[in-house]
Amino acid sequence: MMASRRLSWLLSRTLSASYSSGAASLLHSLVRNSGGWRNINRFRFSTAAAVEELITPQVPIRYTQHLINGKFVDAASGKTFPTYDPRTGEVIAPVAEGDVEDINRAVTAARKAFDEGPWPKMTAYERSRILLRFADLVEKHSDELAALETWDNGKPHEQAAKVELPIFVRLFHYYAGWADKIHGLTVPADGNYHVQTLHEPIGVAGQIIPWNFPLLMFAWKVGPALACGNTIVLKTAEQTPLTALLAAKLFHEAGLPEGVLNVVSGYGPTAGAALASHMDVDKLAFTGSTDTGKIVLELAARSNLKPVTLELGGKSPFIVCEDADVDKAVELAHFALFFNQGQCCCAGSRTFVHERIYDEFLEKSKKRALKRVVGDPFKKGVEQGPQIDVEQFEKVLRYIRSGIESNATLECGGDRLGSKGFFVQPTVFSNVKDDMLIAKDEIFGPVQSILKFKDIDEVIRRANATRYGLAAGVFTKNVNTANTLMRALRAGTVWINCFDVFDAAIPFGGYKMSGIGREKGIYSLHNYLQVKAVVSPLHHPAWI
Amino acid sequence: MAGVSDGSSFKMPSIKFTKLFINGQFVHSLSGKEFETIDPRTGDVITKISEATKEDIDEAVKAARVAFNSGPWPRMPGAERARIMTKWAELIEENVEEIAALDAIDAGKLYHFLKGGEIPGTARTIRYYAGAADKIHGEVLKPGRELFAYTLMEPIGVVGLIIPWNFPSTMFVTKVAPALAAGCTVVLKPAEQTPLSSLFYAHLAKQAGIPDGVLNVVPGFGSIAGAAITSHMDIDKVSFTGSTDVGREVMRAAANSNLKPVSLELGGKSPIIIFDDADVDQAAQLALLGILFNKGEICVAGSRVFVQEGIYDEFEKKVVEKAKAWVVGDPFNPKVHQGPQVSKKQFEKILSYIEHGKREGATLLTGGKRVGDKGYYIEPTIFSNVKEDMLIVQDEIFGPVMVLKKFKTIEEAIKSANNTKYGLAAGIVTKSLDIANTVSRSIRAGIVWINCYFAFGDDIPYGGYKMSGFGRDCGLDSLYKFLQVKSVVTPIHNSPWL
Repeated sequence: MMASRRLSWLLSRTLSASYSSGAASLLHSLVRNSGGWRNINRFRFSTAAAVEELITPQVPIRYTQHLINGKFVDAASGKTFPTYDPRTGEVIAPVAEGDVEDINRAVTAARKAFDEGPWPKMTAYERSRILLRFADLVEKHSDELAALETWDNGKPHEQAAKVELPIFVRLFHYYAGWADKIHGLTVPADGNYHVQTLHEPIGVAGQIIPWNFPLLMFAWKVGPALACGNTIVLKTAEQTPLTALLAAKLFHEAGLPEGVLNVVSGYGPTAGAALASHMDVDKLAFTGSTDTGKIVLELAARSNLKPVTLELGGKSPFIVCEDADVDKAVELAHFALFFNQGQCCCAGSRTFVHERIYDEFLEKSKKRALKRVVGDPFKKGVEQGPQIDVEQFEKVLRYIRSGIESNATLECGGDRLGSKGFFVQPTVFSNVKDDMLIAKDEIFGPVQSILKFKDIDEVIRRANATRYGLAAGVFTKNVNTANTLMRALRAGTVWINCFDVFDAAIPFGGYKMSGIGREKGIYSLHNYLQVKAVVSPLHHPAWI
Repeated sequence: MAGVSDGSSFKMPSIKFTKLFINGQFVHSLSGKEFETIDPRTGDVITKISEATKEDIDEAVKAARVAFNSGPWPRMPGAERARIMTKWAELIEENVEEIAALDAIDAGKLYHFLKGGEIPGTARTIRYYAGAADKIHGEVLKPGRELFAYTLMEPIGVVGLIIPWNFPSTMFVTKVAPALAAGCTVVLKPAEQTPLSSLFYAHLAKQAGIPDGVLNVVPGFGSIAGAAITSHMDIDKVSFTGSTDVGREVMRAAANSNLKPVSLELGGKSPIIIFDDADVDQAAQLALLGILFNKGEICVAGSRVFVQEGIYDEFEKKVVEKAKAWVVGDPFNPKVHQGPQVSKKQFEKILSYIEHGKREGATLLTGGKRVGDKGYYIEPTIFSNVKEDMLIVQDEIFGPVMVLKKFKTIEEAIKSANNTKYGLAAGIVTKSLDIANTVSRSIRAGIVWINCYFAFGDDIPYGGYKMSGFGRDCGLDSLYKFLQVKSVVTPIHNSPWL
């Protein structure tokens, strides 16, 4: 899901020339120059909503350096890179640009904190208290964090403040509760042996997070790793480095020992690659695009065989069955796709609708999309802000053109909105066929593709005919249909009559090329634990 | 041993809560009855407490029933319960000194131990179960045909909790926290000797936001209030900690009423087995603490000490020396190791066991008498030359009385250690891995401590084998006893896998 600013360069460097998916060829042709957004005025915009005068966020940019070993430091090279306001494409602040040397320093700090430091040796209760204190501090600073998140990312401020920050706090409460309940097993043996398993922290965890939910991805990664007693080097997305630095600072205020959580800002091919290929990083967790996920896995394989968790792209089906309440289904399908500017790895980006209700569904979906309020994400009532950056913006528009060229019917939208920033009109395509690029590739933008189906067996086959397997939505009143679909869909999450329900305890992750492993829930702990079996002979035991 | 030390400089807080706590309010008992709670240092009355009788229990159960059947508590997400419980833990931390003083004066427990250990520990326990409230997982099952089946873990309902007087605070949270985390509502009866801290916790629970009716605290006597709980037709579960004799009554009452499941954490006569390879000084210290901690008023007390013959003489000498240096006195004095027994009844019971031991022909190595002439203080007491059929070896004395016995082989030690109707705990002191492994599996007891004793933890379940009871306190096992398992099954058609 994270198409990094330099992904095309990274791909051409790391992958063989034989690699040629639609996405890759598209990405290869992207404008690499970050000033390229100025040249896209050729797109005409409609009047779905106006992007009026922008609200200036009232929040200081306090932290722009790396946080290594408990201290804010400049990049080793002294370099910085700009982080942009996606509403305008203007620079918010220059941020320290991490590279190999910064990653080395961060890993050294994390290694020392793991090998010598108090963190893994602390009682689990003490660790959990620090996580709880951190959650309290985040609550206190949630206005600042939410404003920064919206500024850097472009997501609606109400969403950041009222949904994502409380979920962030909730996730740390959740993981705090796990710290003192990580159980190994005593294990039966075939002979006179006493066998037990120790669940030990895995060591230094490298974590690479995307830009679409900067804080929530921080929580998904950092929460379980710390609950299990690991130390961390976290690389944020270059689009959204700001909130993680503030959050990590608060973590230290909450009593986190230095070196336990190190945050390095920077690009994937430099800082990210250094982390993924580091010989002294014991575990890697990555959330981002499938293409980058492949590179990450390869770098891990080429270096020290560190185990890798991948949470990658998706092309998730949202299946509306014939018994569905159409109005409810329309609203949910709209939400499933357009939420967060369509920048969700699990976005319901293939809306399969039963033929009996297809026409009504289509008409109402179009109406709903036309009503969607796009504008300054700081403004109250705005549902959709700008796309994250010029690269994503152009990619989305390119896919829209591809949809039109492949003879899908453009029902509404289809263009940029306004002349400034990266706003895209809510776009709906009908008559979408399975082999069209817009039905196959992850667009990661506000583009809904509506497809018609006749019966359950058919929709199962078509829904599963994708290289992805992240999520699926099912809308039906029928228990048999629900039971059949939930098992038949090859995806890591199936939402029935709901979508994007992301509770702390619900595991999330991909089948197929949507990734490896699960985050959240009890399953997430296994990513950050080694299992050690301990065996010793028993003499004259009362029982075995 | 030293005489009664003076802790009179300590300023007692005033007693704020003396009434029943029902449906979020402190109320007089319907009968208007009261009972006295006594300062065991002097035998003086601390205050009068409203006494719950059957009618009050009915009121408490009604409140708990409404709170369970239609209140928010079982219906809110576990995370929400966790937040309220966490707030409760914070409030306890803000009131540690006051609660410590209540337990010290009510139970004769060491004030500084309460303040530094037991009361902060209650906040820790509440946080532990708060952290579990959002992690109650059922399972998706593997039926043998085209069925979809899963389990729901549901709160069991209104639970009756009856706790003892030896650890008024620890027992309170050990029972209440998992029940609340599970989503149950509670009617709790503290021991009539020690009602003060329970009422204080109830007050803080309300402040923290625990809804009315979810936690009801009803002080009273076992034969009246306790019996009303255990025989109540609208209580879904009883968890009891106390003596084996009363445990039997609890179970009988449950059987005679609505067949409510019970869990019982009862008496013990736990062995500590010390092998020849042990460090004698450390072993003596451990064994001494094993019997004298909390005046011997602890169900897992290491009241039978078995020492291997190679080190027996040296051990005996050392443990007697240490017992003589043990300081008995006012529990508010920080230099004191041991306060008074909780009540006159217990005090007299212990002294009569000591007399019985002497009559039976055991050798009294040290102690054996009361300390001073006021209050319920008893000298640390050690008997040797005991036979396994002696009453002081068989019965739970619940006081500072150790019986010491020599053994030759591992097999003999195991046999002797298991020669009891109880099975609550055991201690092993050895450097040998093989001995540790063999003995830990051979002892029929719910917790075995190797080279340590009283090593409790929120995540470590404990409970009884044999007549020490059934069910476990602490750990996630304790949470499960407040949950019902419901299996949900439905046919599936054309599933791609089974």
